[in-house]
Amino acid sequence: MEERDSLATDNWWDLRDLSNIAGEILDLAERIGGNELAFIVSPIIGFVAAFLIFILPTQLFLGVYGERKIIGRMQSRYGPNRVGPFGLLQPIADAVKLLTKESYTPRGADILVMYTAPIVFVAPAVMLMAVIPFGPNMVIADIPVAVLYFLAMASFPVIASFMAGWGSNNKYSLFGAMRIVAMTLSYEVPLVLVLLGTVVITGTMSLQDMVWWQSDNNIWLVFIAPVALVIFFIAVSAELNRTPVDIAEAESEIVAGYLTEYSGMKWGLFYGMDIAYALASACFAATIFFGGWSLFGLEQWVPPWILFIVKVYAFYFLFIWTRGTLPRLRIDQLMKFAWQFMLPLAALNLLLLAVQRLIVVEAEIETSAIWWLFGGINLIIAAAAIYGWAKVLGYRRDEVPERPRLVKEVGGYVPYDSSKGAR
Amino acid sequence: MLDEYGHIAILAIIAIIFPLGAVITSWAFQYIRVRPRVPGNPVKADTYECGLRTEGPSLVQFNFRFYYIALLFLLFDVEIVFLYPWAVVFDEVGFVGFLKVMLFLSTFLVGGLYAWRKGALEWR
Repeated sequence: MEERDSLATDNWWDLRDLSNIAGEILDLAERIGGNELAFIVSPIIGFVAAFLIFILPTQLFLGVYGERKIIGRMQSRYGPNRVGPFGLLQPIADAVKLLTKESYTPRGADILVMYTAPIVFVAPAVMLMAVIPFGPNMVIADIPVAVLYFLAMASFPVIASFMAGWGSNNKYSLFGAMRIVAMTLSYEVPLVLVLLGTVVITGTMSLQDMVWWQSDNNIWLVFIAPVALVIFFIAVSAELNRTPVDIAEAESEIVAGYLTEYSGMKWGLFYGMDIAYALASACFAATIFFGGWSLFGLEQWVPPWILFIVKVYAFYFLFIWTRGTLPRLRIDQLMKFAWQFMLPLAALNLLLLAVQRLIVVEAEIETSAIWWLFGGINLIIAAAAIYGWAKVLGYRRDEVPERPRLVKEVGGYVPYDSSKGAR
Repeated sequence: MLDEYGHIAILAIIAIIFPLGAVITSWAFQYIRVRPRVPGNPVKADTYECGLRTEGPSLVQFNFRFYYIALLFLLFDVEIVFLYPWAVVFDEVGFVGFLKVMLFLSTFLVGGLYAWRKGALEWR
Protein backbone atom coordinates (compact mmCIF):
# COMPACT_ATOMS: atom_id res chain seq x y z
CA MET A 1 0.00 0.00 0.00
CA GLU A 2 1.50 3.32 -1.02
CA GLU A 3 1.95 6.08 1.49
CA ARG A 4 -0.71 8.79 1.44
CA ASP A 5 -0.01 12.30 2.62
CA SER A 6 -1.53 12.62 6.02
CA LEU A 7 -4.36 15.07 6.32
CA ALA A 8 -3.41 16.40 9.70
CA THR A 9 -0.25 17.44 11.50
CA ASP A 10 1.54 15.19 13.96
CA ASN A 11 0.59 17.20 17.01
CA TRP A 12 -1.29 15.10 19.51
CA TRP A 13 -3.75 17.92 20.20
CA ASP A 14 -4.84 18.08 16.55
CA LEU A 15 -8.40 16.83 16.76
CA ARG A 16 -8.58 16.16 13.04
CA ASP A 17 -6.64 12.96 13.57
CA LEU A 18 -7.21 11.23 16.87
CA SER A 19 -4.62 8.58 16.02
CA ASN A 20 -1.92 11.03 17.09
CA ILE A 21 -3.08 10.69 20.69
CA ALA A 22 -3.05 6.92 20.30
CA GLY A 23 0.47 7.23 18.87
CA GLU A 24 1.62 9.08 22.00
CA ILE A 25 0.18 6.36 24.22
CA LEU A 26 1.78 3.69 22.04
CA ASP A 27 5.18 5.38 22.31
CA LEU A 28 4.78 5.40 26.07
CA ALA A 29 3.85 1.71 26.05
CA GLU A 30 6.84 0.92 23.87
CA ARG A 31 9.19 2.71 26.26
CA ILE A 32 7.75 0.77 29.21
CA GLY A 33 7.28 -2.73 27.84
CA GLY A 34 8.84 -2.86 24.39
CA ASN A 35 7.21 -3.88 21.13
CA GLU A 36 5.12 -6.67 22.60
CA LEU A 37 3.26 -4.40 25.00
CA ALA A 38 2.68 -1.85 22.23
CA PHE A 39 1.28 -4.62 20.03
CA ILE A 40 -1.19 -5.65 22.73
CA VAL A 41 -2.08 -2.10 23.75
CA SER A 42 -2.76 -0.88 20.20
CA PRO A 43 -6.10 -2.64 19.58
CA ILE A 44 -7.17 -1.95 23.15
CA ILE A 45 -6.72 1.78 22.58
CA GLY A 46 -8.69 1.49 19.38
CA PHE A 47 -11.45 -0.42 21.11
CA VAL A 48 -11.65 2.00 24.01
CA ALA A 49 -11.70 4.99 21.66
CA ALA A 50 -14.35 3.46 19.44
CA PHE A 51 -16.33 2.45 22.49
CA LEU A 52 -16.14 5.83 24.21
CA ILE A 53 -16.78 8.18 21.30
CA PHE A 54 -18.95 5.90 19.29
CA ILE A 55 -20.65 2.84 20.71
CA LEU A 56 -21.48 4.04 24.21
CA PRO A 57 -23.19 7.33 23.30
CA THR A 58 -24.96 5.63 20.44
CA GLN A 59 -26.01 2.60 22.42
CA LEU A 60 -27.35 4.65 25.28
CA PHE A 61 -28.68 7.83 23.81
CA LEU A 62 -29.34 7.16 20.14
CA GLY A 63 -29.92 3.43 20.10
CA VAL A 64 -32.17 3.09 23.11
CA TYR A 65 -33.40 6.56 24.07
CA GLY A 66 -33.39 8.17 20.63
CA GLU A 67 -34.95 5.23 18.90
CA ARG A 68 -37.79 4.97 21.41
CA LYS A 69 -38.29 8.72 21.42
CA ILE A 70 -38.34 9.05 17.61
CA ILE A 71 -40.65 6.09 17.16
CA GLY A 72 -42.84 7.51 19.90
CA ARG A 73 -43.15 10.82 18.09
CA MET A 74 -43.84 9.00 14.82
CA GLN A 75 -46.69 7.17 16.50
CA SER A 76 -48.13 10.29 18.19
CA ARG A 77 -46.96 9.51 21.71
CA TYR A 78 -44.27 10.94 23.92
CA GLY A 79 -41.83 8.08 24.35
CA PRO A 80 -39.76 7.84 27.55
CA ASN A 81 -40.02 11.09 29.56
CA ARG A 82 -40.03 10.11 33.24
CA VAL A 83 -36.50 9.11 34.29
CA GLY A 84 -34.24 12.14 34.44
CA PRO A 85 -34.57 15.28 32.29
CA PHE A 86 -36.63 14.46 29.18
CA GLY A 87 -36.29 10.79 30.08
CA LEU A 88 -32.60 10.86 29.19
CA LEU A 89 -31.64 8.47 31.98
CA GLN A 90 -34.07 5.80 30.76
CA PRO A 91 -31.33 3.61 29.18
CA ILE A 92 -29.39 3.56 32.46
CA ALA A 93 -32.53 2.61 34.37
CA ASP A 94 -33.13 -0.16 31.83
CA ALA A 95 -29.60 -1.48 32.26
CA VAL A 96 -29.90 -1.52 36.06
CA LYS A 97 -33.24 -3.28 35.81
CA LEU A 98 -31.85 -5.94 33.49
CA LEU A 99 -28.82 -6.56 35.70
CA THR A 100 -30.89 -6.98 38.85
CA LYS A 101 -33.67 -9.02 37.31
CA GLU A 102 -34.03 -12.71 37.94
CA SER A 103 -32.64 -14.75 35.08
CA TYR A 104 -34.63 -17.93 34.98
CA THR A 105 -33.91 -21.10 33.04
CA PRO A 106 -36.92 -23.29 32.31
CA ARG A 107 -37.02 -27.04 32.82
CA GLY A 108 -35.62 -29.08 29.95
CA ALA A 109 -33.52 -26.25 28.51
CA ASP A 110 -30.00 -26.99 27.33
CA ILE A 111 -28.16 -24.75 29.78
CA LEU A 112 -24.81 -24.76 28.00
CA VAL A 113 -26.28 -23.79 24.64
CA MET A 114 -28.69 -21.30 26.17
CA TYR A 115 -25.97 -19.46 28.10
CA THR A 116 -23.44 -19.52 25.25
CA ALA A 117 -25.88 -18.04 22.73
CA PRO A 118 -25.74 -14.41 23.98
CA ILE A 119 -21.94 -14.57 24.08
CA VAL A 120 -21.78 -15.87 20.51
CA PHE A 121 -24.21 -13.10 19.60
CA VAL A 122 -22.30 -10.25 21.23
CA ALA A 123 -18.66 -11.05 20.42
CA PRO A 124 -18.87 -10.55 16.60
CA ALA A 125 -20.68 -7.23 17.12
CA VAL A 126 -17.64 -5.95 18.98
CA MET A 127 -15.26 -7.51 16.47
CA LEU A 128 -17.04 -5.78 13.57
CA MET A 129 -15.67 -2.50 14.92
CA ALA A 130 -12.13 -3.67 14.10
CA VAL A 131 -12.17 -2.92 10.37
CA ILE A 132 -14.22 0.28 10.30
CA PRO A 133 -12.15 3.30 9.28
CA PHE A 134 -13.13 6.25 11.45
CA GLY A 135 -10.51 8.46 9.82
CA PRO A 136 -7.47 8.34 7.53
CA ASN A 137 -5.35 6.60 10.18
CA MET A 138 -8.06 5.64 12.62
CA VAL A 139 -8.70 1.97 12.04
CA ILE A 140 -7.95 -0.85 14.48
CA ALA A 141 -6.98 -3.41 11.83
CA ASP A 142 -6.85 -2.43 8.15
CA ILE A 143 -7.04 -5.93 6.72
CA PRO A 144 -7.18 -6.47 2.93
CA VAL A 145 -10.29 -8.69 3.11
CA ALA A 146 -12.47 -6.37 5.17
CA VAL A 147 -15.61 -6.90 3.06
CA LEU A 148 -15.42 -10.67 3.50
CA TYR A 149 -14.71 -10.12 7.19
CA PHE A 150 -17.87 -8.06 7.44
CA LEU A 151 -19.93 -10.76 5.72
CA ALA A 152 -18.47 -13.47 7.97
CA MET A 153 -19.03 -11.55 11.20
CA ALA A 154 -22.50 -10.39 10.17
CA SER A 155 -23.48 -14.04 9.69
CA PHE A 156 -22.77 -14.89 13.33
CA PRO A 157 -26.05 -13.61 14.81
CA VAL A 158 -27.96 -16.26 12.92
CA ILE A 159 -25.91 -19.01 14.58
CA ALA A 160 -26.47 -17.44 17.98
CA SER A 161 -30.17 -17.06 17.31
CA PHE A 162 -30.45 -20.68 16.30
CA MET A 163 -28.57 -21.73 19.42
CA ALA A 164 -30.99 -19.66 21.49
CA GLY A 165 -34.00 -21.18 19.77
CA TRP A 166 -32.72 -24.74 20.02
CA GLY A 167 -31.48 -24.51 23.59
CA SER A 168 -34.67 -23.00 25.00
CA ASN A 169 -36.71 -26.18 24.60
CA ASN A 170 -39.73 -24.19 23.48
CA LYS A 171 -41.83 -24.55 20.35
CA TYR A 172 -42.07 -20.84 19.70
CA SER A 173 -38.32 -20.49 20.10
CA LEU A 174 -37.72 -23.25 17.59
CA PHE A 175 -40.11 -21.70 15.06
CA GLY A 176 -38.44 -18.32 15.47
CA ALA A 177 -35.00 -19.87 15.04
CA MET A 178 -35.99 -21.70 11.85
CA ARG A 179 -37.50 -18.53 10.48
CA ILE A 180 -34.46 -16.41 11.12
CA VAL A 181 -32.19 -19.02 9.55
CA ALA A 182 -34.35 -19.19 6.42
CA MET A 183 -34.59 -15.42 6.15
CA THR A 184 -30.89 -14.81 6.70
CA LEU A 185 -29.95 -17.40 4.10
CA SER A 186 -32.36 -15.86 1.59
CA TYR A 187 -31.19 -12.29 2.06
CA GLU A 188 -27.52 -13.21 2.27
CA VAL A 189 -27.41 -13.93 -1.47
CA PRO A 190 -28.42 -10.46 -2.77
CA LEU A 191 -26.29 -8.84 -0.06
CA VAL A 192 -23.19 -10.72 -1.16
CA LEU A 193 -23.95 -9.91 -4.81
CA VAL A 194 -24.24 -6.14 -4.33
CA LEU A 195 -21.12 -5.99 -2.17
CA LEU A 196 -19.35 -7.92 -4.95
CA GLY A 197 -20.40 -5.13 -7.32
CA THR A 198 -18.72 -2.49 -5.14
CA VAL A 199 -15.57 -4.61 -4.97
CA VAL A 200 -15.54 -4.86 -8.79
CA ILE A 201 -15.77 -1.07 -9.10
CA THR A 202 -13.06 -0.20 -6.58
CA GLY A 203 -10.87 -3.24 -7.19
CA THR A 204 -10.14 -3.75 -3.50
CA MET A 205 -11.70 -5.36 -0.45
CA SER A 206 -9.99 -3.08 2.08
CA LEU A 207 -12.43 -0.51 3.43
CA GLN A 208 -9.72 2.11 3.80
CA ASP A 209 -8.78 1.71 0.13
CA MET A 210 -12.44 1.93 -0.83
CA VAL A 211 -12.71 5.30 0.92
CA TRP A 212 -9.52 6.47 -0.78
CA TRP A 213 -10.94 5.38 -4.16
CA GLN A 214 -14.08 7.42 -3.60
CA SER A 215 -12.03 10.35 -2.35
CA ASP A 216 -9.67 10.22 -5.36
CA ASN A 217 -12.45 9.98 -7.93
CA ASN A 218 -14.63 12.57 -6.21
CA ILE A 219 -17.69 10.35 -6.32
CA TRP A 220 -19.54 8.18 -3.87
CA LEU A 221 -20.48 4.65 -4.81
CA VAL A 222 -24.12 5.39 -4.08
CA PHE A 223 -24.12 7.64 -7.16
CA ILE A 224 -22.63 4.87 -9.30
CA ALA A 225 -24.87 2.07 -8.05
CA PRO A 226 -27.99 3.48 -6.38
CA VAL A 227 -29.88 0.21 -6.51
CA ALA A 228 -27.04 -1.50 -4.64
CA LEU A 229 -27.67 0.71 -1.62
CA VAL A 230 -31.39 -0.09 -1.64
CA ILE A 231 -30.71 -3.83 -1.80
CA PHE A 232 -28.02 -3.53 0.88
CA PHE A 233 -30.42 -1.70 3.17
CA ILE A 234 -33.27 -4.20 2.76
CA ALA A 235 -31.00 -7.23 3.06
CA VAL A 236 -29.28 -5.88 6.16
CA SER A 237 -32.61 -5.05 7.81
CA ALA A 238 -33.72 -8.61 7.14
CA GLU A 239 -30.50 -10.09 8.50
CA LEU A 240 -30.64 -7.95 11.61
CA ASN A 241 -34.29 -8.74 12.18
CA ARG A 242 -35.36 -5.10 12.26
CA THR A 243 -39.03 -4.41 12.62
CA PRO A 244 -40.55 -4.30 9.13
CA VAL A 245 -39.08 -7.74 8.51
CA ASP A 246 -38.79 -9.15 12.03
CA ILE A 247 -40.86 -12.27 11.44
CA ALA A 248 -38.44 -14.27 13.61
CA GLU A 249 -39.71 -12.54 16.75
CA ALA A 250 -43.12 -11.43 15.59
CA GLU A 251 -45.13 -10.94 18.78
CA SER A 252 -48.46 -11.41 17.06
CA GLU A 253 -47.48 -14.82 15.69
CA ILE A 254 -44.90 -16.60 17.81
CA VAL A 255 -44.72 -14.75 21.18
CA ALA A 256 -41.13 -13.49 21.04
CA GLY A 257 -39.53 -16.00 18.70
CA TYR A 258 -36.18 -17.34 19.81
CA LEU A 259 -36.15 -14.97 22.80
CA THR A 260 -39.28 -16.40 24.42
CA GLU A 261 -37.51 -18.13 27.30
CA TYR A 262 -34.84 -15.46 27.83
CA SER A 263 -34.90 -13.09 30.75
CA GLY A 264 -32.62 -10.79 32.71
CA MET A 265 -29.15 -10.00 31.44
CA LYS A 266 -29.19 -12.82 28.87
CA TRP A 267 -32.07 -11.08 27.13
CA GLY A 268 -30.45 -7.69 27.68
CA LEU A 269 -27.38 -8.75 25.72
CA PHE A 270 -29.52 -9.78 22.76
CA TYR A 271 -31.47 -6.54 22.90
CA GLY A 272 -28.47 -4.26 23.29
CA MET A 273 -26.41 -5.93 20.61
CA ASP A 274 -29.19 -5.74 18.04
CA ILE A 275 -28.51 -2.02 18.11
CA ALA A 276 -24.76 -2.60 17.85
CA TYR A 277 -25.24 -4.70 14.72
CA ALA A 278 -27.49 -2.06 13.18
CA LEU A 279 -24.85 0.52 14.01
CA ALA A 280 -22.07 -1.57 12.47
CA SER A 281 -24.13 -2.03 9.33
CA ALA A 282 -24.72 1.72 9.19
CA CYS A 283 -20.94 2.16 9.49
CA PHE A 284 -20.38 -0.17 6.54
CA ALA A 285 -23.03 1.54 4.45
CA ALA A 286 -21.48 4.92 5.23
CA THR A 287 -18.01 3.62 4.37
CA ILE A 288 -18.82 1.72 1.20
CA PHE A 289 -21.58 3.84 -0.31
CA PHE A 290 -21.18 7.32 1.18
CA GLY A 291 -17.44 7.85 1.07
CA GLY A 292 -16.66 7.09 4.71
CA TRP A 293 -14.79 9.93 6.39
CA SER A 294 -14.27 11.89 3.14
CA LEU A 295 -16.49 14.71 1.94
CA PHE A 296 -15.11 16.09 -1.34
CA GLY A 297 -12.15 17.81 0.28
CA LEU A 298 -13.98 19.16 3.30
CA GLU A 299 -12.19 16.60 5.49
CA GLN A 300 -9.18 18.93 5.43
CA TRP A 301 -11.08 21.37 7.64
CA VAL A 302 -13.63 19.36 9.60
CA PRO A 303 -12.39 16.36 11.64
CA PRO A 304 -12.98 13.32 9.40
CA TRP A 305 -14.32 11.20 12.24
CA ILE A 306 -17.08 13.76 12.87
CA LEU A 307 -18.07 13.59 9.19
CA PHE A 308 -18.12 9.82 9.48
CA ILE A 309 -20.27 9.82 12.60
CA VAL A 310 -22.74 12.24 11.00
CA LYS A 311 -23.06 9.95 7.98
CA VAL A 312 -23.51 6.89 10.18
CA TYR A 313 -26.22 8.53 12.25
CA ALA A 314 -28.00 9.72 9.12
CA PHE A 315 -28.05 6.16 7.83
CA TYR A 316 -29.04 4.80 11.22
CA PHE A 317 -32.00 7.16 11.21
CA LEU A 318 -33.23 5.29 8.12
CA PHE A 319 -33.36 2.11 10.21
CA ILE A 320 -35.44 3.87 12.87
CA TRP A 321 -37.65 5.46 10.24
CA THR A 322 -38.54 2.19 8.52
CA ARG A 323 -39.10 0.61 11.90
CA GLY A 324 -41.51 3.33 12.93
CA THR A 325 -43.54 3.51 9.75
CA LEU A 326 -43.74 0.19 7.93
CA PRO A 327 -45.99 -2.72 8.92
CA ARG A 328 -44.65 -6.24 9.33
CA LEU A 329 -44.59 -8.54 6.30
CA ARG A 330 -45.55 -12.20 6.09
CA ILE A 331 -42.90 -14.89 5.72
CA ASP A 332 -44.06 -15.99 2.24
CA GLN A 333 -43.95 -12.39 1.01
CA LEU A 334 -40.42 -11.99 2.35
CA MET A 335 -39.12 -15.21 0.81
CA LYS A 336 -40.71 -14.48 -2.54
CA PHE A 337 -39.32 -10.95 -2.52
CA ALA A 338 -35.78 -12.12 -1.73
CA TRP A 339 -35.55 -14.86 -4.36
CA GLN A 340 -37.71 -13.54 -7.16
CA PHE A 341 -37.18 -9.80 -6.96
CA MET A 342 -33.95 -8.87 -5.19
CA LEU A 343 -31.76 -11.67 -6.55
CA PRO A 344 -32.31 -10.88 -10.27
CA LEU A 345 -31.97 -7.17 -9.54
CA ALA A 346 -28.69 -7.72 -7.70
CA ALA A 347 -27.40 -9.90 -10.55
CA LEU A 348 -28.31 -7.19 -13.07
CA ASN A 349 -26.55 -4.62 -10.91
CA LEU A 350 -23.40 -6.76 -10.83
CA LEU A 351 -23.50 -7.30 -14.59
CA LEU A 352 -23.83 -3.56 -15.32
CA LEU A 353 -21.03 -2.62 -12.93
CA ALA A 354 -18.71 -5.31 -14.34
CA VAL A 355 -19.34 -4.16 -17.92
CA GLN A 356 -18.71 -0.54 -17.00
CA ARG A 357 -15.54 -1.37 -15.12
CA LEU A 358 -14.44 -3.40 -18.16
CA ILE A 359 -15.04 -0.40 -20.44
CA VAL A 360 -12.97 1.83 -18.16
CA VAL A 361 -10.13 -0.70 -17.96
CA GLU A 362 -10.01 -1.76 -21.62
CA ALA A 363 -10.46 1.72 -23.11
CA GLU A 364 -8.01 3.12 -20.51
CA ILE A 365 -10.25 6.01 -19.55
CA GLU A 366 -8.45 8.17 -17.01
CA THR A 367 -11.11 10.76 -16.23
CA SER A 368 -13.32 9.96 -13.28
CA ALA A 369 -16.23 11.96 -14.72
CA ILE A 370 -17.14 8.83 -16.69
CA TRP A 371 -18.48 7.35 -13.45
CA TRP A 372 -21.10 10.08 -13.20
CA LEU A 373 -22.28 9.13 -16.71
CA PHE A 374 -22.37 5.46 -15.77
CA GLY A 375 -24.20 6.34 -12.56
CA GLY A 376 -26.91 8.12 -14.53
CA ILE A 377 -27.25 5.15 -16.89
CA ASN A 378 -27.44 2.77 -13.93
CA LEU A 379 -30.13 4.85 -12.25
CA ILE A 380 -32.32 4.82 -15.37
CA ILE A 381 -31.81 1.09 -15.98
CA ALA A 382 -32.48 0.30 -12.33
CA ALA A 383 -35.71 2.31 -12.30
CA ALA A 384 -36.87 0.63 -15.51
CA ALA A 385 -35.87 -2.81 -14.19
CA ILE A 386 -37.66 -2.35 -10.87
CA TYR A 387 -40.82 -1.10 -12.58
CA GLY A 388 -40.82 -3.71 -15.33
CA TRP A 389 -39.90 -6.65 -13.10
CA ALA A 390 -42.61 -5.71 -10.62
CA LYS A 391 -45.09 -5.69 -13.52
CA VAL A 392 -43.87 -9.11 -14.66
CA LEU A 393 -44.21 -10.60 -11.19
CA GLY A 394 -47.63 -9.05 -10.79
CA TYR A 395 -46.91 -6.71 -7.88
CA ARG A 396 -49.26 -3.78 -7.76
CA ARG A 397 -49.89 -0.89 -5.44
CA ASP A 398 -52.85 -1.26 -3.16
CA GLU A 399 -55.61 1.17 -3.87
CA VAL A 400 -55.67 3.84 -1.19
CA PRO A 401 -58.83 3.29 0.84
CA GLU A 402 -61.09 6.16 1.76
CA ARG A 403 -60.90 7.36 5.33
CA PRO A 404 -63.01 5.20 7.62
CA ARG A 405 -66.58 6.37 7.74
CA LEU A 406 -66.70 6.84 11.47
CA VAL A 407 -63.65 9.10 11.58
CA LYS A 408 -65.04 11.15 8.69
CA GLU A 409 -68.33 11.76 10.44
CA VAL A 410 -66.80 12.63 13.76
CA GLY A 411 -64.36 14.94 12.01
CA GLY A 412 -61.15 13.13 12.84
CA TYR A 413 -58.94 13.80 15.80
CA VAL A 414 -59.22 17.39 17.04
CA PRO A 415 -56.61 18.42 19.63
CA TYR A 416 -57.80 20.07 22.83
CA ASP A 417 -57.58 23.86 22.67
CA SER A 418 -57.32 25.34 26.16
CA SER A 419 -58.34 28.86 25.10
CA LYS A 420 -61.77 27.64 24.07
CA GLY A 421 -62.35 25.49 27.12
CA ALA A 422 -63.92 22.07 27.03
CA ARG A 423 -65.84 21.27 23.88
CA MET B 1 0.27 -7.32 7.34
CA LEU B 2 -0.15 -10.23 9.75
CA ASP B 3 0.05 -7.75 12.62
CA GLU B 4 -3.44 -6.62 11.70
CA TYR B 5 -4.82 -10.12 12.24
CA GLY B 6 -3.05 -10.22 15.61
CA HIS B 7 -4.89 -7.04 16.55
CA ILE B 8 -8.15 -8.71 15.58
CA ALA B 9 -7.27 -11.71 17.76
CA ILE B 10 -6.70 -9.45 20.76
CA LEU B 11 -9.98 -7.71 20.02
CA ALA B 12 -11.68 -11.11 19.90
CA ILE B 13 -10.50 -11.80 23.44
CA ILE B 14 -11.97 -8.46 24.57
CA ALA B 15 -15.14 -9.26 22.67
CA ILE B 16 -15.59 -12.53 24.55
CA ILE B 17 -14.73 -11.09 27.96
CA PHE B 18 -17.29 -8.30 27.56
CA PRO B 19 -20.52 -10.39 27.38
CA LEU B 20 -19.06 -13.05 29.68
CA GLY B 21 -18.55 -10.35 32.29
CA ALA B 22 -22.14 -9.18 31.94
CA VAL B 23 -23.55 -12.68 32.37
CA ILE B 24 -21.25 -13.51 35.31
CA THR B 25 -22.04 -10.21 37.03
CA SER B 26 -25.73 -10.85 36.71
CA TRP B 27 -25.22 -14.40 37.99
CA ALA B 28 -23.10 -13.24 40.94
CA PHE B 29 -25.71 -10.67 41.95
CA GLN B 30 -28.05 -13.39 43.13
CA TYR B 31 -25.60 -14.35 45.91
CA ILE B 32 -25.29 -10.83 47.31
CA ARG B 33 -29.06 -10.43 47.21
CA VAL B 34 -29.15 -7.72 44.56
CA ARG B 35 -31.01 -10.04 42.24
CA PRO B 36 -33.96 -12.14 43.35
CA ARG B 37 -33.36 -15.85 43.62
CA VAL B 38 -36.63 -17.63 43.97
CA PRO B 39 -36.47 -21.43 43.86
CA GLY B 40 -38.60 -22.74 41.05
CA ASN B 41 -41.76 -24.70 41.43
CA PRO B 42 -43.02 -27.04 38.67
CA VAL B 43 -45.38 -24.42 37.27
CA LYS B 44 -42.74 -21.72 37.10
CA ALA B 45 -40.18 -24.04 35.53
CA ASP B 46 -42.61 -25.07 32.81
CA THR B 47 -41.89 -24.18 29.19
CA TYR B 48 -43.92 -21.14 28.19
CA GLU B 49 -46.84 -22.01 25.98
CA CYS B 50 -49.31 -19.14 26.33
CA GLY B 51 -50.34 -20.17 29.81
CA LEU B 52 -51.35 -23.72 29.02
CA ARG B 53 -49.56 -26.84 30.17
CA THR B 54 -46.83 -27.96 27.81
CA GLU B 55 -47.97 -30.61 25.38
CA GLY B 56 -45.56 -33.17 23.95
CA PRO B 57 -41.91 -32.65 23.08
CA SER B 58 -40.73 -29.13 22.31
CA LEU B 59 -38.41 -29.95 19.44
CA VAL B 60 -41.20 -30.52 16.93
CA GLN B 61 -41.24 -31.06 13.17
CA PHE B 62 -41.14 -28.02 10.96
CA ASN B 63 -41.96 -27.13 7.37
CA PHE B 64 -39.80 -28.97 4.83
CA ARG B 65 -39.57 -25.73 2.77
CA PHE B 66 -36.68 -24.71 5.02
CA TYR B 67 -34.57 -27.44 3.40
CA TYR B 68 -35.24 -25.94 -0.04
CA ILE B 69 -33.98 -22.60 1.20
CA ALA B 70 -30.82 -24.21 2.56
CA LEU B 71 -30.14 -26.02 -0.74
CA LEU B 72 -30.72 -22.86 -2.79
CA PHE B 73 -28.40 -20.98 -0.48
CA LEU B 74 -25.69 -23.56 -1.13
CA LEU B 75 -26.27 -23.22 -4.88
CA PHE B 76 -26.02 -19.44 -4.96
CA ASP B 77 -23.97 -18.13 -2.09
CA VAL B 78 -21.02 -20.47 -2.16
CA GLU B 79 -20.54 -19.80 -5.87
CA ILE B 80 -20.80 -16.06 -5.41
CA VAL B 81 -18.22 -15.98 -2.64
CA PHE B 82 -15.77 -17.61 -5.06
CA LEU B 83 -16.20 -14.54 -7.29
CA TYR B 84 -14.62 -12.17 -4.75
CA PRO B 85 -11.03 -13.02 -5.80
CA TRP B 86 -12.06 -12.30 -9.41
CA ALA B 87 -13.39 -8.89 -8.40
CA VAL B 88 -10.08 -7.99 -6.75
CA VAL B 89 -7.94 -8.94 -9.78
CA PHE B 90 -10.48 -7.57 -12.26
CA ASP B 91 -7.97 -5.26 -14.00
CA GLU B 92 -5.40 -8.01 -14.62
CA VAL B 93 -7.73 -10.68 -16.04
CA GLY B 94 -9.59 -8.18 -18.22
CA PHE B 95 -12.00 -9.24 -20.92
CA VAL B 96 -11.14 -12.96 -20.93
CA GLY B 97 -11.71 -13.22 -17.20
CA PHE B 98 -14.97 -11.33 -17.56
CA LEU B 99 -16.19 -13.80 -20.20
CA LYS B 100 -15.22 -16.78 -18.07
CA VAL B 101 -17.03 -15.41 -15.05
CA MET B 102 -20.13 -14.70 -17.12
CA LEU B 103 -20.04 -18.30 -18.35
CA PHE B 104 -19.75 -19.43 -14.74
CA LEU B 105 -22.63 -17.19 -13.69
CA SER B 106 -24.83 -18.39 -16.53
CA THR B 107 -24.65 -21.96 -15.17
CA PHE B 108 -26.04 -20.86 -11.86
CA LEU B 109 -28.59 -18.73 -13.67
CA VAL B 110 -29.85 -21.87 -15.41
CA GLY B 111 -29.94 -23.67 -12.07
CA GLY B 112 -31.87 -20.80 -10.53
CA LEU B 113 -34.36 -20.74 -13.39
CA TYR B 114 -34.89 -24.49 -13.01
CA ALA B 115 -35.52 -24.05 -9.29
CA TRP B 116 -37.95 -21.26 -10.06
CA ARG B 117 -39.77 -23.38 -12.64
CA LYS B 118 -40.06 -26.19 -10.11
CA GLY B 119 -41.59 -23.77 -7.63
CA ALA B 120 -38.78 -23.90 -5.07
CA LEU B 121 -38.66 -20.11 -4.82
CA GLU B 122 -42.26 -19.85 -3.67
CA TRP B 123 -43.24 -20.23 -0.05
CA ARG B 124 -46.49 -22.14 0.08
